[in-house]
Amino acid sequence: MDKEERQIVIPGETIVKGKEFLPGDNVYREGEEVIAKRFGVVEISEKHVRIIPISGVYYPRRGNTIIGTVVDITFNGWLIDFGGVQNAFLPVAEVPRYVNKNELREYLDFGESVIVKVWDVKSRGIDVSMKMRGYGKLSGGMIISVNPNKVPRIIGKEGSMVKLIKNATRCEITVGQNGKVWISGGSIEEEMVTKKIIEFIVENATINGLTEKVDKYIKSLKLNNDVEIIAEDTDKEGEQDG
Amino acid sequence: MVKKIESLYTKRNDGRAFDEIRPIKVELGVIPSAEGSAMFQTGDTRAIAAVRGPRTFHPQHMQNPETGILRVNYGMMPFSVWERIRPGPSRRSEEISKVSEWALSSVIDLSGFPNTVVDVFVQIPQADAGTRVAGLNAAAIALAHAGIPMKEMLSAIAVGKIDKTLVVDINKEEEDFKEGEGSTDIPMAITSRKKDIALLQLDGKISPDKLKEAIKMGKKACEKILELQVKVLKEINNKVENE
Amino acid sequence: MSELIIPKLQRERIIEYLEKGKRIDGREKSDYRNIEVEKNVSKNAESSVRVKIGKTEVLAGVKLGITEPYPDSLDEGTFMTTAELHPMASDQYDIGRPGIESIELARIIDRGIRESGFIDFKKLCIEKGKKVWQVFLDIFAINDDGNLLDVAGLAALIAVGNAKMPVYNKEEEKIEHKLSDNSLPLNKEAMSFNMTFHKINNSIILDVNKEEEAISNCRLSIAVGEFEKKLRITAMQKGKEGILTSENIENILNIVGDKWKEMFPKVKKYVFG
Repeated sequence: MDKEERQIVIPGETIVKGKEFLPGDNVYREGEEVIAKRFGVVEISEKHVRIIPISGVYYPRRGNTIIGTVVDITFNGWLIDFGGVQNAFLPVAEVPRYVNKNELREYLDFGESVIVKVWDVKSRGIDVSMKMRGYGKLSGGMIISVNPNKVPRIIGKEGSMVKLIKNATRCEITVGQNGKVWISGGSIEEEMVTKKIIEFIVENATINGLTEKVDKYIKSLKLNNDVEIIAEDTDKEGEQDG
Repeated sequence: MVKKIESLYTKRNDGRAFDEIRPIKVELGVIPSAEGSAMFQTGDTRAIAAVRGPRTFHPQHMQNPETGILRVNYGMMPFSVWERIRPGPSRRSEEISKVSEWALSSVIDLSGFPNTVVDVFVQIPQADAGTRVAGLNAAAIALAHAGIPMKEMLSAIAVGKIDKTLVVDINKEEEDFKEGEGSTDIPMAITSRKKDIALLQLDGKISPDKLKEAIKMGKKACEKILELQVKVLKEINNKVENE
Repeated sequence: MSELIIPKLQRERIIEYLEKGKRIDGREKSDYRNIEVEKNVSKNAESSVRVKIGKTEVLAGVKLGITEPYPDSLDEGTFMTTAELHPMASDQYDIGRPGIESIELARIIDRGIRESGFIDFKKLCIEKGKKVWQVFLDIFAINDDGNLLDVAGLAALIAVGNAKMPVYNKEEEKIEHKLSDNSLPLNKEAMSFNMTFHKINNSIILDVNKEEEAISNCRLSIAVGEFEKKLRITAMQKGKEGILTSENIENILNIVGDKWKEMFPKVKKYVFG
């Protein structure tokens, strides 16, 4: 059966037996057995066995979108801290417009934050790019940090979850695979609500029916904001939430 | 075929069976800012372990371009024992750090993280013998929690020979036993799949046959420890499910 | 090992929120995070405690020994405070000799307890000029999410406030391996507790989290106690390079006045039960 099951395994645990299984990420083979090499959730699809991590540092992959902050400037680019093992390098050639070697700092200064795409992963660090549409310097808003392994739940299937939050709070939200989330709204209240919703998702990431729960949670927050209206609401759960 | 062993230690001071481990408490994620962390307590001995990394190793000239490096730092809090321990490293803590590092290195695989270091910090807030093995048990859980690639898990126990009697998971009183052949302390760590010995020390006196028996007892006890280490990891999401 | 990186936009947002009287985690400027206290975390200590405020967590313990008194106080016990801001608590701490953060923290807490008169040092004399009790207060940080000073300060008070004297065998002149029912001699009314204010731009806040702590201009720790039913300050320390204006100080003292009324009874409860 190739059904995906939320089976948590620990290192050294035998996942399946059989030569037909192919070891993928975070597993290894020993004779007939395919064994876990990392703590996480098993995923078997078409005889490919891999483990999806649920904890630990974020390891970048090519194509990932990440959010980071400039910590150093070299003669030909910027070093970006994104909470990973090593820093990312943004070469001057990978920004949308031509930047003279003397104006690197003017274009992107220490402490400024960016959304970039990972395009090369090397042993000494990763290279990123900002050339494409949807990537670039961030201004305003705030950045919150979450467990990077929970990012898929924040984004949802085909972006459905993050869309749900955006509609409810009218905030701009960009989720980095590295667990950094940028939120920008028209008011403090909207940003704080967005932050709360994201924290709620992260805390309840493993529960079934998450979308429903999030929906309920969002509604409960909105109720608190409507000072005048005392809604005839049968759903009293929302009131306990702070 | 039963040899009559005339030992001065026929009943354990806390009523346990010879092969019985003290009551164990395990907790995951006790240090939220670390990548992985755990608390492991057996009887009155409590150890907390935190794992930070993999992270870039400084100074650069000490980096290993082929693999990440594991570093273990073990220490005891000043108030963990009756005779206060001066804060800071001691020769004892440095040695324990090193043997623990060797033990854990045998099960982890950092070949995918060149030029990095994985730091394991073990601290003992309360001690009643068996601190290094409690620390190793906590460290193994914390390493798994941190998502560090590990071929196997590691479990550790201190087996003792009290006069002529072999017992498992010695407490301080047993460690201090002075009559007859006194107390021999044998801490060991066993890997979860291959049951290999990753740590082995001995302090006392023992015959080769008795040592083999001690290792056998230790391996069996480590099975129970492994069960609990596995349980706490697998229940990582339970706290949330209970809401 | 590594400094905490706070993005510029984050710093700006935190300041913007503060100007509107809000903090990024929803708290008011003078709100403390949730406080958790667990006493007796080490059976081998004369007293020990675990204190958590928000996610910042500290263990503290008191141990007693016997020593010769200092020449300038022949009939008084001695007191020594150590603090380990351990690398297990944060990426910002290194293994090795205590950094200046550990030293400063230990000294601030030491002064707060010593100068307030909380411990009755004269009652710690066993034989004038020859033998006195020495009190060791050891603080260990397990997780740093900001404001270690106040978390450690509270832990220190609870540890000292609950310490029991070991049994002293006069004939054999040694400490026995057990605790008596007698408490460490204290002047309970002299107790003072530490509140650390941080200035961010021109806003003053209490109980900073890690991000706020990283961007603050400066901090002012104030130890406050009670004397004749009124508030009294027994120690102060300004830290970090930023400056405080007279207005800032007045503002802080006003907050101290209000906050003390709220927090002091709570602290007394944590310490004395």
